[in-house]
Amino acid sequence: MHISHDPWVWLAAILTLAIFSFLYKDNPFFKMAEHIFVGVATGYGFVYTWNNGIYPNLLKPLFVEHKLLFIIPFILGLMYLAVVVPKFSYFIRWPFAFLLGVGSGLSIPLAFKASLVEQIKYTILPNPHGMSIGLFINALLIFIGVITVVLYFYFSTPHEGVMKPITKTGIVFLMVGFGASFGYTVMARFSLLVGRFEFLLGKWLGLLSWLR
Amino acid sequence: MVLKLILLLFALKGEVLNIKDVPNDDGSKLRIEYAIPFAVFDSAFIYRIEGKKSVKIDRLIHNEGAFIDDGLSYKGHYKYKLVIYSDTLQKVFESGLVSPKASWFDTSQFPLFLVVLLYTGLLLFYIQHARSGKSMYLRPIAGLQALDEAVGRATEMGRPILYVPGLSSLSDVATIAALNILSHITKKAGEYETKILVPVRDPIVYTIAREIVKESYYSIGRPDLYSEDDVFFATDSQFGYAAHVSGTMIREKTATNFFMGMFYAESLILSETGASTGAIQIAGTDAVTQLPFFIVTCDYTLMGEELYAASAYLSKDPMLTATLKGQDAMKLIILLVVGILSVLNLFGIHITLGLF
Repeated sequence: MHISHDPWVWLAAILTLAIFSFLYKDNPFFKMAEHIFVGVATGYGFVYTWNNGIYPNLLKPLFVEHKLLFIIPFILGLMYLAVVVPKFSYFIRWPFAFLLGVGSGLSIPLAFKASLVEQIKYTILPNPHGMSIGLFINALLIFIGVITVVLYFYFSTPHEGVMKPITKTGIVFLMVGFGASFGYTVMARFSLLVGRFEFLLGKWLGLLSWLR
Repeated sequence: MVLKLILLLFALKGEVLNIKDVPNDDGSKLRIEYAIPFAVFDSAFIYRIEGKKSVKIDRLIHNEGAFIDDGLSYKGHYKYKLVIYSDTLQKVFESGLVSPKASWFDTSQFPLFLVVLLYTGLLLFYIQHARSGKSMYLRPIAGLQALDEAVGRATEMGRPILYVPGLSSLSDVATIAALNILSHITKKAGEYETKILVPVRDPIVYTIAREIVKESYYSIGRPDLYSEDDVFFATDSQFGYAAHVSGTMIREKTATNFFMGMFYAESLILSETGASTGAIQIAGTDAVTQLPFFIVTCDYTLMGEELYAASAYLSKDPMLTATLKGQDAMKLIILLVVGILSVLNLFGIHITLGLF
């Protein structure tokens, strides 16, 4: 058993335990860890954005390399700050309009292609000739699943009459999918928890090597 | 001598090295086709020559093949050189000078453009229909009907409402939908004089959320209810934000929690903490991987498109309802296309419509 002598390991372990203490109830240790986390993350985020975004992508090209085209994003960026001056706060509409316009223009064709066309492509039933029965059943399940789930999200008709069994089937498909996703993610979370315990018992307390 | 003649003939016919422009691109690609006129060779390399600069771009393994040379400029002029080593022989073939062409339009996307046009046409048709004053039916959604009930519960308990507008930026449709719902919730909360807390992760969303809350209070004639401290920027760190919102739920004892918008791995942390405090919780997201967590921990969950539809339901604005109707019509068309193409496929008739 070799307890770590590294002060940073101790700090990490204490903060981990402070966060875990929330499982019992809200307490000053959790509050301290929460505020340190929020503060450090915000500070880190600012420095990261400055070093990886604002300086290399805007200030350097504009003020060091004298690329005058960058004056446009610079002015648009400054317009965001106008919100703190009530008299000029309407300036913020310009960068928003730009952001939404460019965002829509870029994302609509991509969304149509990636989400719609690709989804349709793999939903269409294939010709069963020369195909194994297993693969065809798989394709049939996808076909029925997509049709019934899309009809579940059809808002123009109540879920009554013919629509009732169809949408019920749709919700079954959705829940099966969600169940699988839930199980998969819970497993991933457990592996994160195991990682944390390995850190506490191994790197911090040195118990793992002692147990082995 | 005969071999040299054959090689020369290949070279003259341009079959050893054939450079073609890649259509429908931004002029940054060329297609290199090669056919090495030896059954066996030791090694072969292709070089790109631009001015006096020569760069080795690929080592060839097969006798025949093609690849795309990327990262070029439509303003540049390029030559390609194929060098083949076989025994003691070294043969060099050079292409002519080529320049990639930049296209204004990607014509391969034309069928997709038609689909977008069809969809736009449907939306315009239904908007026109709404303008003529005709009523349009929308089926009820449980989660949306419970929104007012949830606000009422917080009022009865005299505790604040927590509204989390997701963790994504404004580029996410779910965030826009969440901000639309925020307006409705704030107005309702304002009518009952119930405090609403809005912690935000994204600086731009923060600015808009603040304006929405302020405008909503103004619109119901209660600007005095607005407090700048109620809409606040927490942090842009995902789990830092989750820790902060969890702490807020416990300390402020929120009676009602709304989780609307885009969520990631923190969804369960947030909703589980909310469930442990006994708050009524309504979630809405289009994040497929996070929906299962909201379904098990929240009282109501708006799934995917139900969240987008919320704006139309809550505002009862004919324009928004018309948009929803247009989407429904598009869904029917898509299902019809899937059905018809599937039946044709079963009979061995394969149609792609230029899309699939």
